[in-house]
Amino acid sequence: MTDELGAFALILALVLSVVQAGASGLARLRHDATLRGAGEGAAFGAFMAIAVAFFALMHAFVTSDFSVMNVAANSHTEKPLLYKVAAVWGSHEGSMLLWCLALTGFGGAVALFGRGLPSGLKALVVMTQGMLGMLFIGYTALASNPFVRAMTPPVEGASLNPILQDPFLAIHPPFLYSGYVGFSVVFSFAVAALIEGKVDAAWARWVRPWTLAAWSCLTVGITLGSFWAYYELGWGGWWFWDPVENASFMPWLIGTALLHSAIVTEKRGALAGWTVFLALAAFTFSMLGAFLVRSGVLTSVHAFAVDPKRGILLLGILAFAAGGAFSLFAWRAPALKGEGGLFAPVSREGSLVLNNLFLAAATLTVLLGTLYPLIRQALTGEAISVGSPYFALTFAPLMAACLLILPAGPLLAWKRGDALGALQRLWGAAALALIAALIGYFLLQPQKIFVATGLALGVWLIAGSALELVTRVKAGSAPVSESLRRLGALPRGQWGMTLAHMGLGVFVLGAAFETSGRIDAAEALSIGQSLKVGAYVLTLKGVAPNEGPNYSAERATLSVTGPHGAAADVTPERRFYPANRQTTSQVAIERHGASDLYVVVGDRRDGAKPAWLIRAYWNPWARLIFGGPILMALGGLISLSDRRLRLAAGAKRRALPQVLPEAVG
Amino acid sequence: MVLGAAAPILALAAGLSLYAMGDAAVFFYSPKMAADKHVPAGRTVRLGGLVAPGSVVKLPDGTVKFAVTDRVDTDQVVFKGDLPDLFREGQGVVSEGAFDTNGVFVAREVLAKHDERYMPKELADALKKTGEWRGDGAGPVNYSKALR
Repeated sequence: MTDELGAFALILALVLSVVQAGASGLARLRHDATLRGAGEGAAFGAFMAIAVAFFALMHAFVTSDFSVMNVAANSHTEKPLLYKVAAVWGSHEGSMLLWCLALTGFGGAVALFGRGLPSGLKALVVMTQGMLGMLFIGYTALASNPFVRAMTPPVEGASLNPILQDPFLAIHPPFLYSGYVGFSVVFSFAVAALIEGKVDAAWARWVRPWTLAAWSCLTVGITLGSFWAYYELGWGGWWFWDPVENASFMPWLIGTALLHSAIVTEKRGALAGWTVFLALAAFTFSMLGAFLVRSGVLTSVHAFAVDPKRGILLLGILAFAAGGAFSLFAWRAPALKGEGGLFAPVSREGSLVLNNLFLAAATLTVLLGTLYPLIRQALTGEAISVGSPYFALTFAPLMAACLLILPAGPLLAWKRGDALGALQRLWGAAALALIAALIGYFLLQPQKIFVATGLALGVWLIAGSALELVTRVKAGSAPVSESLRRLGALPRGQWGMTLAHMGLGVFVLGAAFETSGRIDAAEALSIGQSLKVGAYVLTLKGVAPNEGPNYSAERATLSVTGPHGAAADVTPERRFYPANRQTTSQVAIERHGASDLYVVVGDRRDGAKPAWLIRAYWNPWARLIFGGPILMALGGLISLSDRRLRLAAGAKRRALPQVLPEAVG
Repeated sequence: MVLGAAAPILALAAGLSLYAMGDAAVFFYSPKMAADKHVPAGRTVRLGGLVAPGSVVKLPDGTVKFAVTDRVDTDQVVFKGDLPDLFREGQGVVSEGAFDTNGVFVAREVLAKHDERYMPKELADALKKTGEWRGDGAGPVNYSKALR
């Protein structure tokens, strides 16, 4: 019953999206407030309908209703409840429903919270959001319907791939999809601005909060996904330049560029056309990612196994939405009425332009590395793969250059900056960075240049951001009370930026140190034998069976002796899931400060004495790799709560104080 | 001004990409294709095929030996380390590494797809080329039949 309700709600949402797009478009043409209200109501209704469909599917999973084919193929009665819920978005069909939920959710949010927007612009945003809804809900309902019934319901489900049965994997898609699809709002704003022919500071101020929200969600989603890969795949790595990882990373890079260029458009009215272009590009990359992940054109550890027909449909959606939007851009952008503030090359604007150029160039190298194997295979029939060496040679230097100029940017004035003055204020950070580089070069052994550069850049970012804050509050030059007053009066946007830039520095430190300082060791151990990894000695104490809810495992217990004496035992497991006839490794990770001791138990080797293959990694500062991006996302959220942005979101309220005194007087 | 800054950065990006692509692109071969192309020893390539049934030998020191076949040619592979959880005889596998002078493939990395229903695309294409493709195994059979 609930399944039919869900299927019906999905179709209803499709119809409501059509109404949303049609009514809002007409409302703009006729300047009709009733039609506009109808469009907004439909936007909210579409969201409610998708929510009903989503919870109906969740109900089917939780109650193990195997008459629904998607449930039968991805669930199992013995699976823990969390993974029954997570399986809703574990398959292609269900994850499309999650995509639609986020899409209509953002559409409804614009309709609800965009009160201060000019009515014409808002109608066009809601219309574009409705058209995107038509495409994606239509695709889900007609080509990937999660409610399709099985003719002969099986007694038991095929279960979810056990490697996906993990708390981090369970929660990361909602963040990731909120991020991907959050850029749809920015896309709609850009389309609306192109139709209206006007991009001004107010437009940029409306776009910024949506960009920040999407960007922060995407940052969290990518980080959780990376953390999952780190401990679930058992390879000790956290980023593989896998095509699917790249597919999530490209919208993030473009979103980051957009965050910065929108500041220039907001404060100075410049770069209007470029900001609109980035706003279109961010969601285009999200759609490209959806196509790459779901079409089966890529070989990836993360890709969904789906048939190519769906890929063609998704490619059609991508071509229609992005093709239409960029054609509109080509047609209307030359006529955009920006305010076009002039600025000198050395200025805040100039540094943000450089930031954008480096980010855009870096995105292009990632795009090339991801698509080149596909293009090459289509042209020559030769299959190639492009791995991390390519990205280390292209992406890394471009980003290093970008990070090098980063701390100077916020210290430069708008219009015309003083490069020498900015550098003078940063000499302390430069000195610290130099010391870090020397330590990296002379004390840390392998990959000297890489680790020295990475450590120097990380310290440069953290110290440079701290110094910028010090300059802002005039610490040292003004009385302490004055500095504290200034510190308290700093806008949250400032705190957000400082935190995000420091978080980036923390990430760079971790990435450089972990990548160059990782130590691994692997050996087949029988009971009582030991293995040395870095400063730690692991001794296999025993291996015992361990029964889980839907798996049976061999659990190894190893004692750990480190430089500070004995540490707690570690217990990696090797789990067998009978429902899938599949084995997974449960990695044991022991945190020592910011570093990880990472232990995996492999298969049993039968010799004179039974032995188990034990692999151990010492991953120094690994936690900084995940902590840094979380700080960045936190910075984004703090910025989002800035009073200026909230005022912009409801600009009407700003008019209120001016009215009140008259009423009182 | 923007153009003045954009040109060198884009040129730098393009130059780096072209240089890196020539260096870092790794070719994919099935055993038959590797034999046809005379892949030189020491060149990093990806070797894909099916794990020949009965060929897997796990040595006590942690080394694994197995044979990879496209049902025309077969190559011996050695790998020191833990095999991916999805590694199974008769199933598709992709190894990255290089042939040694004796023609044995020394793998640095062995990949098996997470999704057990999935066959790496290069491998499926290679099997189609050698005429050994046995159709799409996508989806548990009973469900994909119920769909149609």
